[in-house]
Amino acid sequence: MEADWIRALAGGGLIGLGGAVYLLGNGRIMGASGILGGLADRSGWGTAAERLAFIAGVILMPLLIGLAAGSTPDTHATGNAAVLIIAGLLVGAGTRIGSGCTSGHGVCGISRLSLRSISATLAFMLAGILTLAVLRRLLGVI
Amino acid sequence: MLRLGFSLISGSLFGAGLMLSGMTDTAKVQGFLDIFGAWDPSLAFVMGGALLPMAIAWRLTQGRAPAAGGSFPAPPQKQLDRRLFLGAVLFGTGWGLAGFCPGPAMASLSYNGWQGVLFLAAMICGMMAAPGLSRHLDRRAANA
Repeated sequence: MEADWIRALAGGGLIGLGGAVYLLGNGRIMGASGILGGLADRSGWGTAAERLAFIAGVILMPLLIGLAAGSTPDTHATGNAAVLIIAGLLVGAGTRIGSGCTSGHGVCGISRLSLRSISATLAFMLAGILTLAVLRRLLGVI
Repeated sequence: MLRLGFSLISGSLFGAGLMLSGMTDTAKVQGFLDIFGAWDPSLAFVMGGALLPMAIAWRLTQGRAPAAGGSFPAPPQKQLDRRLFLGAVLFGTGWGLAGFCPGPAMASLSYNGWQGVLFLAAMICGMMAAPGLSRHLDRRAANA
């Protein structure tokens, strides 16, 4: 348990450093849903190269670490395809309609005390907590 | 080239941090949200660890320009609207359902098997549908 929060703190520090490099280097907010979503809906094709470079880093660094360490962490992802599809659609549409996700609102927005980001983060955390409360604790389906 | 370099370094730090922190472990994420069950609060430290460097970075933007040129983001908007909350609630519901948010879904792509590919594909479809959904919501709000 103790190792868990140390890893969480250290990992969080790396995430924050990533956001700092993106902001101080490129002058942009490091939001995973914004960077990928701009490619998905073509609104960000003018800056496609730097978006792709960011995504390449996100995908390749864990791959390299996994190869070097000889093991990768278990994601414990559900094997229920319907749940994965519904969740993916909700996360994709929701983050774009709400202009951000855990990184854009939760890290970059809250760290500059944006009222919108603080509100959005409270809303998506509450929705996640309710989802677990109803579907896991009440109905026992996930 | 400078912008691509900063993007690659930033993405690499982000990906490594997501992997190390436990954010790519859906059981941990759902455990963090499961406050009425076997609550695992450790992921709160991820946000704590990330906010400190970011808060310093925002401070450093004052009186400077981005290293690769251009300008820093404008100050955040203040008004709250229906779209912000509706989107956040949809996102949070999906996050709770499968335990993945967009960053970790990308970071775990190389070790998350078919489940990760399926989630990511569905997420991209949701992102493609979002502008149409947003326009529909705006029209309804205008007519109301």
